[in-house]
Amino acid sequence: MSTITSAAATDDGCRNHNDVITVEHVSFAYQHKQVMENVSFSVKERDFIGLIGTNGAGKTTLLRMIVGLHKPSSGQIRLFGEPVGKFKEWERIGYVPQRNAFNPQFPATVHEVVLSGLYGRKKLFKRLNRGDHTKASDAMDAMGITDLGEKRIGQLSGGQQQRVFLARALINSPSLLILDEPTVGIDAETQESFFHMIKHMHQHHNMTFLMVSHDMEMIRGYLGEEPASSAGKLHFYIKHSHETQDCVESNLAHSLKGLRERMEGGREVIAIGNSN
Amino acid sequence: MEILTSEFFQKALLGGLFIGITAPLVGLFLVLRRLSMIGDTLSHVAIAGVALGFLTGVYPLVAGIVFSIAASFAIEKLRKAYKTYAELSLAIIMSGGIALASILFTLGKSYSMNVNSYLFGSIYTLNSADLWIIGGVTGAVLIVIGTQVKELFLLTFDEEAAAVSGLPVRFYNVMISVLTALIISVSIKIVGALLVSALLTIPAACSLIIARSFKQSVIAVVVIGEFALLFGLIIAGVWNLAPGGTIVLLLIFILLLLLASRRGLRLFN
Repeated sequence: MSTITSAAATDDGCRNHNDVITVEHVSFAYQHKQVMENVSFSVKERDFIGLIGTNGAGKTTLLRMIVGLHKPSSGQIRLFGEPVGKFKEWERIGYVPQRNAFNPQFPATVHEVVLSGLYGRKKLFKRLNRGDHTKASDAMDAMGITDLGEKRIGQLSGGQQQRVFLARALINSPSLLILDEPTVGIDAETQESFFHMIKHMHQHHNMTFLMVSHDMEMIRGYLGEEPASSAGKLHFYIKHSHETQDCVESNLAHSLKGLRERMEGGREVIAIGNSN
Repeated sequence: MEILTSEFFQKALLGGLFIGITAPLVGLFLVLRRLSMIGDTLSHVAIAGVALGFLTGVYPLVAGIVFSIAASFAIEKLRKAYKTYAELSLAIIMSGGIALASILFTLGKSYSMNVNSYLFGSIYTLNSADLWIIGGVTGAVLIVIGTQVKELFLLTFDEEAAAVSGLPVRFYNVMISVLTALIISVSIKIVGALLVSALLTIPAACSLIIARSFKQSVIAVVVIGEFALLFGLIIAGVWNLAPGGTIVLLLIFILLLLLASRRGLRLFN
């Protein structure tokens, strides 16, 4: 049994942080084998949770339960206070898959993949309108992949693909971003700029993050040396952000574009890297 | 040449053009989800249904549809039992279908059932009732894909992301299986159970060579499917060849041509 309650909820007087994800006494068994037992934790608004665990620890299972792909054997999971089974506002959640989750020969352009971030319940039986296309080009602009729009997704490098999936996840301006080992198979330099982008979003935007990773270095570097809590082989690292929300009012796409331009100038990496 | 203006040939052509749109369209989604073999499996079960239809006096096409829909549900169930060996469920259901069909065919020998026409197709025997059923299935498939194409794209490309977007993933999976079962059952008379899966998979295989986007691949499979059905039937009619075999060989010929031209383009560049 383990419980994490983010300290942030108490020491931040001006904002009341609600639970974004609540996991209560969740157990899961797969073919009579107990994968996890009695796991409880909660993710508050503007938390950054790093979920670390060895293969088979149940990271992916937990992620899949959170998004409703698996049902827990016992216990309950809530998203934004609503039980997963009844949750309807899926557009508030952005999802970045493992890089190797798709077939590289799949005939889809970058533009088509980014647009697909909009295809949820609300868009059923509806055609895409001009606003949707604007959202897609904004998201692509923010990630610096506008020029790649008509390329087949499989032709891109690992780092470029990751930006495409991040653009897809951001197209709805989600409040919660779920990342499943987003940097597997990407070179170190590209990984760093990817994390940098994520950190920037966490610090300056009203977003909450749940990231599954095996990259201890990055997790420790940003979220601290010790996990805030552990459940079996799952370890949860937490960092809460209440830095001045200087970008909260402004548009995510514009802020990220600015960041990217500064990064390409080579200055911002050092500045943010040291500020924590 | 006068065969081209005969009524049975024109009925065949109409049926062929219906199937030429729908089979490649649904096949594209199956191939992209790495379910190419599902067509073969369902068609073998559908033959058993057709045979039972003959034996019991139920309209064979309808019996085939019922059987292959049941098989598509059975595949889903078995796939859960053998999660990591999903193709095993296809192999089991396929041999089950053939086994049942062979027994029913033997039982029906005294009814002078023509086995060949179901194994290799008998497009020239399409009657008006067949055409209505084929047209109905085509309409249903076009409506479903026309209204759900973007959701199906997301589901096919990234099932997890589709679930996170709140799409009813299980419902869509069942829907695709049912559409596949419908198309296969109505295609059996046209190309035959042994060749049905070629209509599902080869146009998609062609589109993977030429299409740069999903939109292009949707257009490509329909154009290639219609082309192969139209000219395959004409060639078969004029030279008196087996229609199903001609259509499939023409599809393979198109595929080889595209492969060769792509290699040519590479050398050229």
